[in-house]
Amino acid sequence: MSAFKIYVSRDAAARSVGADATANAIAAEAARRGLQIELIRNGSRGLLWLEPLVELEVAGRRHAYGPVQPRDAASLLEALHAAGDRVPEHPLAHGPTEEIPYLKRQQRLTFARVGITDPRSLEDYLAHDGYRGLRAALALTPAQIVEQVTASGLRGRGGAAFPAGIKWKTVLGAPGLQKYIVCNADEGDSGTFSDRMVMEGDPFVLIEGMTVAGLATGADRGYIYLRWEYPDARLALEAAIRAAYAAGYLGENVQGSGRRFDLEVRMGAGAYICGEETSLLESLEGKRGQVRFKPPLPALAGLFGKPTVINNVITFASVPIILDRGADFYKNFGMGRSRGTLPLQLAGNVKHGGLIEVAFGMTLREILYDYGGGTLSGRPIRAVQVGGPLGAYMPESQFDTPLDYEAFAGIKAMLGHGGIVVFDDTADMAAQARYAMEFCAIESCGKCTPCRIGSTRGVEVIDRLVSGENAAAQEVLLRDLCETMTYGSLCALGGLTPYPVISCLNHFAEDFVKTKSAQASA
Amino acid sequence: MAKDSRRVIPIKLERPSSLSGEEQAAVLRACADGKEQPGALLPILHAVQEAIGFVPADAVSLIAQQLNLSRAEVHGVVTFYHYFRTRRGGKHVVHLCRAEACQSVGAVALERHAKRSLGVDFHGTTADGTVTLEPVYCLGNCALGPALMIDEQLQGRVSPEHFDELMQSLRAGAR
Repeated sequence: MSAFKIYVSRDAAARSVGADATANAIAAEAARRGLQIELIRNGSRGLLWLEPLVELEVAGRRHAYGPVQPRDAASLLEALHAAGDRVPEHPLAHGPTEEIPYLKRQQRLTFARVGITDPRSLEDYLAHDGYRGLRAALALTPAQIVEQVTASGLRGRGGAAFPAGIKWKTVLGAPGLQKYIVCNADEGDSGTFSDRMVMEGDPFVLIEGMTVAGLATGADRGYIYLRWEYPDARLALEAAIRAAYAAGYLGENVQGSGRRFDLEVRMGAGAYICGEETSLLESLEGKRGQVRFKPPLPALAGLFGKPTVINNVITFASVPIILDRGADFYKNFGMGRSRGTLPLQLAGNVKHGGLIEVAFGMTLREILYDYGGGTLSGRPIRAVQVGGPLGAYMPESQFDTPLDYEAFAGIKAMLGHGGIVVFDDTADMAAQARYAMEFCAIESCGKCTPCRIGSTRGVEVIDRLVSGENAAAQEVLLRDLCETMTYGSLCALGGLTPYPVISCLNHFAEDFVKTKSAQASA
Repeated sequence: MAKDSRRVIPIKLERPSSLSGEEQAAVLRACADGKEQPGALLPILHAVQEAIGFVPADAVSLIAQQLNLSRAEVHGVVTFYHYFRTRRGGKHVVHLCRAEACQSVGAVALERHAKRSLGVDFHGTTADGTVTLEPVYCLGNCALGPALMIDEQLQGRVSPEHFDELMQSLRAGAR
């Protein structure tokens, strides 16, 4: 009898709740019983409330058990042993993984392999349609590759949603012998972890996407700017890059094409602002991460002053499937001008948090209740912050907004990088507004005054407003300050911090009129 | 008068470096390994902090000299980024997430508990030198908060009790 295949995720989130201990316990228990097993450390399926999730493969099909603690290893292997060719029965069983509704209802394009393959194995990647996008790209001219990306309707997934094809076309057309591909892996928005999951769970897809970008624009060098908070992603990427070099997918002659593409990982050092593209470029150049004036666009004068494609992890990771399956295939998902799929990240006070990749167009309510199952605390949902710390807090009355860039912009909210953070009815929204200003003060790069000083003044004004000190005048002042920040800031940090502040003020005004101090977070 | 104005003012030698021989060697090695790459300063600072545990003031002048930058430029970069430390920390660094997703499941209470039980504020090191407590703005574990990271190990669903257990194991390991 061949070895039983057992999958336990090596994703940092799974490890944060004990996946390593569970994997060790399973290995030890199997050894004790003399049971032949093959333990595979895969990426996470994204069903994070079930982590540590263990999958047992029976007759070629994977069955989910979770959350499995080390103490459950003995009973799980006992069940496996007793079942023979049947599916092992166990109180933690959830049936075939692919049939779990949370997963089954998704449309996984970018995340097609995450949780399925061994992220350290190039063979596994190739066996699951890996590098088919690159192969297709190698048969096209640069202009044809750019045309495919443009036709797919892919927009930058980092938050700003700028059409990727147009950016690439600008770099392709820019004069210059040296061009760069830069991946923004400085995923700093609270409530987001899709970049991390791709990099840890399927690092080759990012490498492939960046290589295609290099072919499309004539760039022969790429950098992945990764935040230091993701040490597991660094290990996964560096291992994958080594494997790709060894197999001729990176280096001076990519798959015999005669085209060169080199790639390396650079670590950030804990600055939220470095997720802003020009500040990221400054940081890559070895400087303080201060925002640059635009123009010139990075596409014309980016890294070291050279034409540079700078895109988010998910943007690059979506490119291989577009090249492989065609622009029309990708474009047929979505609504309006938001084409394809968006990997949403459901987080915060939610029962079933995780990664949900669906076509644009689903409503927030469907995500929160059908997928999320309400709050973790069991209390009613009071507010939801979408799009990270610069995104608006949305009340129940806005939950029917479809997940679409324009629909969100229309109600002065933003979809951003697709992070959804749930708060129950114990949340103090005045404290959240204050935190938004405080965060801006901590993370401001200091270049422009509305952001650098406005944020500190914002904290003070909110404190006075909440303490009831001439409240009506304070509110006028706060709104005025927010307007100055919105229109007077150089980049999105100062420009969008008013979003969470004003949305709290507009939708949860009652939290600002009370006697108790809002300084709980101080 | 004229003679006086031509008087050579001797350049004041810098005070002797407080770096140990080993530390100085580590800084020079980081510079030698890293300085040929474009945009070398951040990778070099990472290497120095990894080797020494922080970026000492005297490493700044040494790095500046090696990279042909001014001390102000290097100092500016070191102090811009939250991750770089300019003072020695504890044996372990605990980064506690303060961001919204963790707030929604009790990060504020956990922060209060952590500060009280360790007896330090953010950036402080416990009296026994075991733990330095630092704030961090998102660890990417937003569906399993409250989150923290001990050195490079991420932890999720950290209750105050679980926090105490984690700290206890750090202290036990430190002895």
